[in-house]
Amino acid sequence: MVIIFAILALIILVSSVFAVTSSKMMHIAMYLLFVLASTAGLYFLLDYHFLGVVQLSVYAGGVLTLFIFAILLTNTKGERSEIHGIKRIIPALLAALLGIGVVALAIMKYTFPYADTATANDVVDKEINMEVIGHALMGTEKYQYLLPFEILSVLLLACIIGGILIGRKR
Amino acid sequence: MEYSLAILVLPLCAFLFLGLFSKVLSHKISGIIGTCSLAVVAVLSYVVAFTYFTTCNVDGVWQTVMPINFEWLSFTQNLHIDLGILLDPISVMMLVVISTVSLMVHIYSMGYMKGEKGFQRYYAILSLFTFSMLGLVIATNIFQMYIFWELVGVSSYLLIGFYYTKPSAVAASKKAFIVTRFADLGFLMGILILSYFTGTFDFGVLTENNGFNVISSMQGISFMGISAATWAMTLIFIGGAGKSAMFPLHIWLPDAMEGPTPVSALIHAATMVVAGVYLVARLFPVYCFATPEVLTLIAYVGAFTALFAAVIAITQTDIKRVLAFSTISQIAYMMVALGVSGYNGHDGLGYMSSMFHLFTHAFFKALLFLGAGSVIHAVHSNEMKNMGGLKKYMPITHITFLIACLAIAGIPPFSGFFSKDEILAAAFMHDKIIFVTLWVVAGLTAFYMFRLYYNIFWGEESVHEHVPHESPKIMTYPLLFLALLSIVAGLIPFGELVSADKIPLHTHIEWGVATAGVLVALTGIFVARTFYRKKSEMPARIAISLGRLYRATAKKFYIDEVWYFVTRKIIFRHVSTPIAKFDKKYIDGTMDAIGNTTVKTSEITKNLQSGRVQWYAWVFITGVLIITVVFLLSRG
Amino acid sequence: MEKLLDFFNININFDVIPMEWYLVVSTMMFFVGIVGFIIRKNLLAVLISVELVLNAAELNFAVFNRYLYPGALEGMFFSLFGIAIAAAETAVAIAIIINVYRNMNNIDTDSVEQLKH
Repeated sequence: MVIIFAILALIILVSSVFAVTSSKMMHIAMYLLFVLASTAGLYFLLDYHFLGVVQLSVYAGGVLTLFIFAILLTNTKGERSEIHGIKRIIPALLAALLGIGVVALAIMKYTFPYADTATANDVVDKEINMEVIGHALMGTEKYQYLLPFEILSVLLLACIIGGILIGRKR
Repeated sequence: MEYSLAILVLPLCAFLFLGLFSKVLSHKISGIIGTCSLAVVAVLSYVVAFTYFTTCNVDGVWQTVMPINFEWLSFTQNLHIDLGILLDPISVMMLVVISTVSLMVHIYSMGYMKGEKGFQRYYAILSLFTFSMLGLVIATNIFQMYIFWELVGVSSYLLIGFYYTKPSAVAASKKAFIVTRFADLGFLMGILILSYFTGTFDFGVLTENNGFNVISSMQGISFMGISAATWAMTLIFIGGAGKSAMFPLHIWLPDAMEGPTPVSALIHAATMVVAGVYLVARLFPVYCFATPEVLTLIAYVGAFTALFAAVIAITQTDIKRVLAFSTISQIAYMMVALGVSGYNGHDGLGYMSSMFHLFTHAFFKALLFLGAGSVIHAVHSNEMKNMGGLKKYMPITHITFLIACLAIAGIPPFSGFFSKDEILAAAFMHDKIIFVTLWVVAGLTAFYMFRLYYNIFWGEESVHEHVPHESPKIMTYPLLFLALLSIVAGLIPFGELVSADKIPLHTHIEWGVATAGVLVALTGIFVARTFYRKKSEMPARIAISLGRLYRATAKKFYIDEVWYFVTRKIIFRHVSTPIAKFDKKYIDGTMDAIGNTTVKTSEITKNLQSGRVQWYAWVFITGVLIITVVFLLSRG
Repeated sequence: MEKLLDFFNININFDVIPMEWYLVVSTMMFFVGIVGFIIRKNLLAVLISVELVLNAAELNFAVFNRYLYPGALEGMFFSLFGIAIAAAETAVAIAIIINVYRNMNNIDTDSVEQLKH
């Protein structure tokens, strides 16, 4: 398990760094794909199989395809995607380092309220039944999510309309 | 008598209507609207006067009636400004005078102003003026009076400057406004002092019990060795002197003749200029009991002004200016009469005669001005030398003008005789010096009026561009009506109606004084006749022999020049200019510095607003992180 | 390896992954995304950085849910909805970017600075 995690984490870190530094848009998209797929792997590792599948199909499948099409539409051949000069990189890095420091401090200082003292020994092997997810998604009672689900569908509809409106040629 | 409110509301509505719709109304319609509203007002005033004088005498004392009075602005429990209508003998009398003269002027103007540009505006402002003047006389308290007082000032400013394309008219209107405004400053300070000590604005409270409130509340308070009551009443008198053109604040009135002639008749004969007299009369019990010394001052200022203006009037050649100085002189007559008056019974003869003269003078002076307007209409000039021999061309104007001249000269049985006789009698009782002055002025008045008369209607005919003609009927009818009033107004038993203590006063003609007055008037007329009826060398010879004195008089004793010297050379140069400099350099400078700093700061901070979203994101994230760090640190 | 760790007296259960490890991964991903957001010139690359940030946040939700409240489902659903919203957002953003490209003929962030007016 640890080995798998380590591999996935390594892929994520390396790929995300490349994703923001690479100068070829297609490569960036590919690195993003690696990150997203590895995240899906992490979900599987956490036994959120459904979430992992969604991550793969929506993100790695849908969103990435969108990205690739957009890149093809906007990139003239051979053009390289530059990054800003040192004047912007340094403040960005400083902010990021500060942020990492703050978060690291928080993670180390804070004692998380684990579910029980046996801690993560039990975390494995808790795969959630699809039936449970389905009921939770479609129910209207407490801890059930029909309303957000429907709102989300409306949001998606709005996005479809907005996307068409904005994107069409006049 | 609540309907008396309509007297105020109608002219105001006419003003608003004519003012707002001046573009769409034709000349004729707007003139008719203005005149009709005034006709209704006049009728209402007569009804009010009739009702008042028939019903409001209780136990032989004229009552003060307030049909309407409501609190408007309240400062403290006692001190509040009210708005309302006050009816007592003098305000009712003023209502009649104002509405009558104003109606005549409205009718007359339809002929005189025919075809003028801005005819609708003229009628609108005329209505506004009438509204403010009526509001002034029926004010229940001194502050309401002040409000209308200023409204009168504004509307007269607009009327004098009616021909606003003429620089002299603009200058005259500014002069009138500034001089009266300057005097009004005194009035306002007087009001403030008075109301600060007495805690009221109300005329009724101020004058009740022989001005007891004023006397008791200001007792022992003085400033620069002069008691507070004297200060207050003197300052109020200065306000009145400004409006009534008393020396040395008279300078605006002759210049104000730049306005249309009917306006001069309305403002400078019958209504606005007597506002000062009316003000003093309104507060008469206070003057009489609390500050008799101010009353003496009024008497002497009045006497001097009367003489001074009469002397200047002799030398003027512009007929309207002669009338203007004559007005100053006659108003001063009224002031003197108030100044020499006592309060009770026959002592109050001065008060009564002052109001009487105000009443009669309004008619014959309006008649004179309208007659002069008629002449000017015919010959298109204000100068005497362009006139002469108009008798045969303008019979109606000639007759009515003659009646007015006889009335103002004080020849019986015309109205001026009665009122002037009472004034002379009152002065004779009170102060011999003043009496002699007024007596001389009476002679001078007769002289300059008949100088005017003979110069216009007799004498050598000057060359006219076209043959003069009589004015249209719409102008001659008001003349005839006013002539009638000038004849009969003196026969009214005025003392029965108006008196200082509101108890009817039985007057009789003082034959001794009357004989003296008539004699001096006849002398004046005779001298004028010999000088001016036929062309003669006499006036010119006398003028040359008087030399400098004549020139000084013709230049109005250089009073204008003195004022210019005081204002331009002293006040403007040594006070206003440094203040203006200070204002520009330091006060404006401070403000500019604040503004410039703001601009500079924004120039700097503007660069933060670069429009680059990534920069915004960086600032946002850094900000969030810094806040987090601060929280973490503060919590340890 | 185990000996090495024992030698340093570090006790790690290789079957169970501590929660902090996940958090470290997500934190790194998050801040790499932020750096990318700030330094990239290309709008699409900026959008990709945003995806990284979102992804990191979603991972966190799932991790907290699994480790701290294994009986509940909120975290997982939040991630689920987050993914859906991210997809929607991407669709609209890409439509906008394509429009920008049509108008400006490039998709540099600096050419889109009308916000300052």
